[in-house]
Amino acid sequence: MAHDEGRPNQCGPNVKALIDQNLRRVYQEALEEEIPERFKLLLEELRRKAEGQK
Amino acid sequence: MSDDPAHLDPRDELPEHLSAMRAFAISLTRNVAAADDLVQDTIVKAWTNIDKFEPGTNMRAWLFTILRNTFFSERRKRKREVSDPDGVHTARLYHRPAHDAHLAFSDFAAAFNQLTPEHREVLILVGALGFSYEEAASTIGVAIGTVKSRTNRARARLCELLDLKEGEDPMSGSDDAMMAVMGRSKVQVA
Repeated sequence: MAHDEGRPNQCGPNVKALIDQNLRRVYQEALEEEIPERFKLLLEELRRKAEGQK
Repeated sequence: MSDDPAHLDPRDELPEHLSAMRAFAISLTRNVAAADDLVQDTIVKAWTNIDKFEPGTNMRAWLFTILRNTFFSERRKRKREVSDPDGVHTARLYHRPAHDAHLAFSDFAAAFNQLTPEHREVLILVGALGFSYEEAASTIGVAIGTVKSRTNRARARLCELLDLKEGEDPMSGSDDAMMAVMGRSKVQVA
């Protein structure tokens, strides 16, 4: 499955900018997902444990 | 942890980075359930190793390093244990609901999904988040030259998957693949 590394990069500068724009959207969409409650609960639990050890 | 109010507990900063961690995890795994497990592991590791974090440095980058190291080490382990890990993984790929207006972007997302996680990683760090090659190299734990060549190969692979060629003018593009990249651009083309 090795990619042909000898071949030059096929992306022109305009294409590269458009790819980056779409990459930002890929990340942005994931960023806008609602954070599940489990992480807030996990942090609270870790905090409680840490305070219990003081 | 110090009780001195001048020295805030860096763990208090963790909630601010939950969205970024989760977005990076989704970018790597393309699978929300796997991403959530990865974020959970990252939080626990960050919490218990907070003394290794240097206050004043970039916490997001530090968390990304923990997250990606956890992901790739789990992946290596799974590859040894499971005969067809990618098949299992592909079956539960991350997809947002498709709307007609987003059809073209979904082509881009589908091509992105086909990349290796190593390629997705550099593209998200360098292409989406604007990390310098140096920052990305330090986050990933490889040489700067490796990040550069990996990023170039990842972009070239995307171009190949979307059938974009050097010299084509994306502004006049009318084929489906080009429209995929043009996608849901918020920028109006004059």
